[in-house]
Amino acid sequence: MSHELPYIAAIDEAIRLEMERDETVIYFGQNMATTENAPFRQQFGNDRVRVTPISETAEIGMAVGAALAGYRPVVELYMAEFMLVAMDQVVNEGPRFRAMSGGQVKVPLVLKAGWGFTAGWAGQHTGTLTNMFMGIPGLKVVSPSTAADAKGLMASAIRDDNPVVYFHNYLLTLDHGEVPDGEYLVPLGVADVRREGSDVTIVANAHMLNQSLKAAETLAGEGIQAEVIDPRTYAPLDVDTILESVGKTGRLVLVDSAPRHSAASNVIAGEVVERGFDLLKAPIVQVTALDATVPYSEPLEAYVIPDADRVAAAVRGVLGTAPVGA
Amino acid sequence: MTPSPLDNDRLVWMYTQMVRIREFEERVKRTFEEHPGVIRGHTHLADGVEASIVGSVANMQPGDYVLTTYRCHGYPIALGTDTKAIMAEIYGRATGICKGLGGSMHLCDPSRGFLGTSGIVGQGIPHATGAAYAAQIRGEGQVVLCFFGDGASKQGAFHESLNIAALWKLPIVYVMENNGYNVETQTHQEDANAAAGEDLSVKAKAYSMPGVTIDGGDPVAVYETVGAAMERARRGEGPTLIESKVYRLSAHGNLIAPPGVPLHYPEHEAIAVFGDREQYEAALKGDPVPQFRGRLVNDGVMTNEQAEEILKAARDEMQEAVTFGVESPFPENDEALAYVYA
Repeated sequence: MSHELPYIAAIDEAIRLEMERDETVIYFGQNMATTENAPFRQQFGNDRVRVTPISETAEIGMAVGAALAGYRPVVELYMAEFMLVAMDQVVNEGPRFRAMSGGQVKVPLVLKAGWGFTAGWAGQHTGTLTNMFMGIPGLKVVSPSTAADAKGLMASAIRDDNPVVYFHNYLLTLDHGEVPDGEYLVPLGVADVRREGSDVTIVANAHMLNQSLKAAETLAGEGIQAEVIDPRTYAPLDVDTILESVGKTGRLVLVDSAPRHSAASNVIAGEVVERGFDLLKAPIVQVTALDATVPYSEPLEAYVIPDADRVAAAVRGVLGTAPVGA
Repeated sequence: MTPSPLDNDRLVWMYTQMVRIREFEERVKRTFEEHPGVIRGHTHLADGVEASIVGSVANMQPGDYVLTTYRCHGYPIALGTDTKAIMAEIYGRATGICKGLGGSMHLCDPSRGFLGTSGIVGQGIPHATGAAYAAQIRGEGQVVLCFFGDGASKQGAFHESLNIAALWKLPIVYVMENNGYNVETQTHQEDANAAAGEDLSVKAKAYSMPGVTIDGGDPVAVYETVGAAMERARRGEGPTLIESKVYRLSAHGNLIAPPGVPLHYPEHEAIAVFGDREQYEAALKGDPVPQFRGRLVNDGVMTNEQAEEILKAARDEMQEAVTFGVESPFPENDEALAYVYA
């Protein structure tokens, strides 16, 4: 059985179910639960649900401490960029403790971070930070693209015994989708083949996934069958599913809204070249944002961030075809 | 030393700037209805905060610097930046003060000492402190005005900066505009001093600098307090923390929504979140703009006719700014890559 929910509500549903299931799950952050009527505070009380000051270093550092002391904190960060205020805690504290203790302690926490608000949020609230965090040993990174994955990945992230950065894409906030009822877990580290095809593999996530699926529709009309894969988790990265697809198609287009050299697509391309060079019939193409701070002005923002047309053009390039009628 | 006394012309000038800021912000807000889709992302208005802004920057001398938060439209207006260029920026146009690249949150006019803003709470405080370090090294008597909200004082960046500024006796005045809210969190819910019934200016004690709390709705009080602190800084005696108590009359910002959802200004959080209409109405009664007008008229500084002329001129100016903004072209694509590196 399933029900329809907006992406953002599916995340809340997962947190609520996990808090009902496990009383060590606690939830705090800025500008949440400021009144008794706030749903989480009403259901779980002020001990487990708290509004914090604007103090990311303390919020995330305290999550590390509470995790060491036996709880499973979920930190509401709203904007992914707010993690950058507390970079040491995210990168060099939480993910290090288990290894440095020789496996004696664990740090189960979730950093819930909205990202990619390319809707006029200008230079400091629009970033794609996946790559910045996917190379930190000990830190897991997930990024759901659908309401169902939003629920299933959050539940798995909370149950995971490691720190997890849970990215949710702001442009998908109100996108509705079918969400399984009750307990629903999407395992971390497993990619999803969202569309099957034989001519080219496209790898994309979140808003870029939707643009890629749109491009795939257009390309189908030109007789090109694109297979579209959503990594869903960036650390650990499911390279096998991508390689398997490339084994079938021989061509790979990687789509990422990060600037060229800070895109997770760089890492995927490296893995595929190293492990699947013989499978490739053409060079890998990366469709990334331009190397620019995202501008406020709408036409410039659109110029910097990839879209379905650019994805389709890249696929045609890889296949050496021109659009029908061109 | 105290700041130079305010003569009648100066008082009328201050009132004029307050009215200009108010009318500008009203037109930003109205743009969501009059020109849907023209403003994107997130805007933050300073209606209600005009007295604090104008009273502070009225003390700036040529060469002084100012750095602010993303609630930043008011400062350049008071400093004399063309309102057409500010509105065009908020509309994302090539004619904007930042050529359409910055938008509402990232205004900047270095020609008037306004070095910019941060969209991340508290992170502009070290920038201002660094500008004060530069001013100290340069030794030409420049002073920095650093504006931030009450919420920012919960950031490490605030505490780290104030410590260094006091330690190095940097020429800076920290103006904390306490509007009682961090988005929808009330100050006593997130601030230990407020929860204990103390003013937020007590934070200055931790860094052995003067700390004072003032009514930010009184432009003369703001002018005198900030002016004295700037003179102190100019004499090399170090920083001051001023808590300027204000009330923003609009919500924190416009609706936060993905593309396709029409944006608008919701009700103030006092009502929308806390159901406290009384608090909001009391704030409206204390609105600094009409208060100051009444005071100047009562004191014989300005006539009602003059006040009406000032209002009409401001309304005409802002109509021009809106028209200029909507009629201006968008930037060319190349502009996106033109300023990546200096």
